[in-house]
Amino acid sequence: MSSLTLAHLHPGDTATIVTIHAEESLHQRLQALGFRSGKQIELIRMASFSGPLQVRIGTTDILLRRSEAEKIMVCRA
Amino acid sequence: MKRIALLGMPNTGKSTLFNRITGGAARVGNWPGITVELLSGKILLGSDMVEIIDLPGIYDLHGFSDDEQVVRHFLHDNVPDLALVILNATQIERQMSLLLQLRQLNMNIVVLLNMSDEAKKFGITIDSKKMAEMLGMPIFQISGKYGTGYAETLQAITKALRYPTPGMAEQLRSQLEEDEHIESEMARVLKHAVQIPAQLPENLTDKLDRVMLHPWLGLPIFFGIMYLLFQGIFFIGEPLQIWVGEALNWLRSSALDPALAGLPAWLSGLLLDGIYNGVATVAAFVPIIILFFLFMAMVEDSGYLSRAAFLMDALMAKMGLDGRGFVMLLMGFGCNVPALMGTRVMRSRSLRLLTMMVIPFSLCSARLQVFVFITAALFSPKAAPVVLFSLYLFSFAAAILTALLFRKKFQSSEPFVLELPPYRFPTLRQMMLRGWFEVKHFLLRATKFIVAGVVLVWLLTHLPPSAAPASSGTLAGMLGDLFHPLFEPLGINDQLMIALLFGFVAKEIVIGSLAVIYGLTGDALGGALGQHLDWVQGYSFMLFTLIYTPCLSTIATLRSESKDLRYTLLTILWSLGLAWVVSFVFYQGARALGY
Repeated sequence: MSSLTLAHLHPGDTATIVTIHAEESLHQRLQALGFRSGKQIELIRMASFSGPLQVRIGTTDILLRRSEAEKIMVCRA
Repeated sequence: MKRIALLGMPNTGKSTLFNRITGGAARVGNWPGITVELLSGKILLGSDMVEIIDLPGIYDLHGFSDDEQVVRHFLHDNVPDLALVILNATQIERQMSLLLQLRQLNMNIVVLLNMSDEAKKFGITIDSKKMAEMLGMPIFQISGKYGTGYAETLQAITKALRYPTPGMAEQLRSQLEEDEHIESEMARVLKHAVQIPAQLPENLTDKLDRVMLHPWLGLPIFFGIMYLLFQGIFFIGEPLQIWVGEALNWLRSSALDPALAGLPAWLSGLLLDGIYNGVATVAAFVPIIILFFLFMAMVEDSGYLSRAAFLMDALMAKMGLDGRGFVMLLMGFGCNVPALMGTRVMRSRSLRLLTMMVIPFSLCSARLQVFVFITAALFSPKAAPVVLFSLYLFSFAAAILTALLFRKKFQSSEPFVLELPPYRFPTLRQMMLRGWFEVKHFLLRATKFIVAGVVLVWLLTHLPPSAAPASSGTLAGMLGDLFHPLFEPLGINDQLMIALLFGFVAKEIVIGSLAVIYGLTGDALGGALGQHLDWVQGYSFMLFTLIYTPCLSTIATLRSESKDLRYTLLTILWSLGLAWVVSFVFYQGARALGY
């Protein structure tokens, strides 16, 4: 199993969240939106010009920037 | 090995404390009874190694959110030797409940009051000795920020671990099992009555998003939608506007003129040429305003605004803003005031201040009304939409320039994380309700300002009574003389300048005051403007109107939201200065080119 960050995934990839290396406030915000270790996450699409990512956890779609995605370690399913 | 569970509500600095205690040497691990992985670290306390586990932050030990269930199951299957409960001292009155719930479990507990330095600043004093006595457990005040209070805490933990509570595990389990009954009942009902597929089938939202958020097509589609919306507003709105204007003129000539003929000339002048003309000119815009808000309500409720944030974030990031800032900017096209208040969702103060500085350049519906009137008076019906569109471009350009110039002053590293709702087609009722609410708000505000404004303009242009109305001998004429040197290089004549002075209060008054100044309404006023001004002067006037402060309400909102007078003044001065420079460059440039 190879650990990589969420920002390394390609659109359509599904992975499992391993850990979140974010400061307290971002950590809380991500948790409130359903980011938790062990959860399945799917990368839906990336905006052009290195814009944000659209990901899906369960039934919730979330937008986040690449810099934030780099703080989330995942393991490809 | 002994186990310490770290417990607390979200936002208490729990993870920071965990990192500090473990020195960052944490690992992710699985635990019996729960499916999620938890962070844990081993540290040397006294002469023994102990394991410390960071549990998810919870509000209620007996709640049924995912995190609350995880914590309960963990405690049930892995009874810790000690619970280290961390409370945010600034919210002590709210957080005490969790501590008391944990105490009921008869656990071995050490309490940490974090952010005690911050609590002191709020004037909160906590007598931790007294509290420890009343609760019967050791309590320590610490500051995660300054790292104070750790040494005593670790000592107390070492001591507490030496004396395990007898029978604790049994009691704790039986109490937690009561909540488990509810959990299993919940799971049973959900399992038999509700089905959620592991992977959602592609729905309409996904299909729409494949086009709307397409890497290449997304942005052009977005601008296309905006362009069509504005075109649609005028296509439907203009005939209505003409019809309302004619109806109001007919009412005056057939009913009001004869009815008020008996009054003294000055009073009928004030009532008809002042109040009625002013209000009627503005009232003709109500259909366009209603349509505008209806369309905005539709876009907002459909979920497309979050998509706009997704598409624009990369560009906004280059200006030191984010996608949400762009959405606020769009909302500002309706009215700047709610857009400014919408920035409350941003946590970073500098990002908020920069966004608030940019929003007043959004071409709001009140300014739109001025531009529709002037372009109709000075440009051909074919050129008018292009002129209006160019003003929207200037609106964006002023916003971009401002953000680029001030991004260094207001730097931030706020994360951008947003939920993306599915598309929802708003029902007609919803749209009507929202549209009506906005229109009511607009009309209340507008009538208050407009009636007061046009009366004031009428008085200024008719006093002293010896001078001819609106001539240089009146108060307005004197004001005109005073500011003449400042506005002359912009091609803005004295009449327009007076209207601008009133526009500082609210843009809704501008056309109404021109109606009073020229003593004409509707088409007649348009004709008079067409005779007095050429298009270069008119455009220069519109540029100035666009860029110099939106209205007093916006300034008041900037002040109350930023709570910073210097920032508010900076914003006003910057926009006034920029308005003057842009109008000057445009007017002198156009004249130099021979227009």
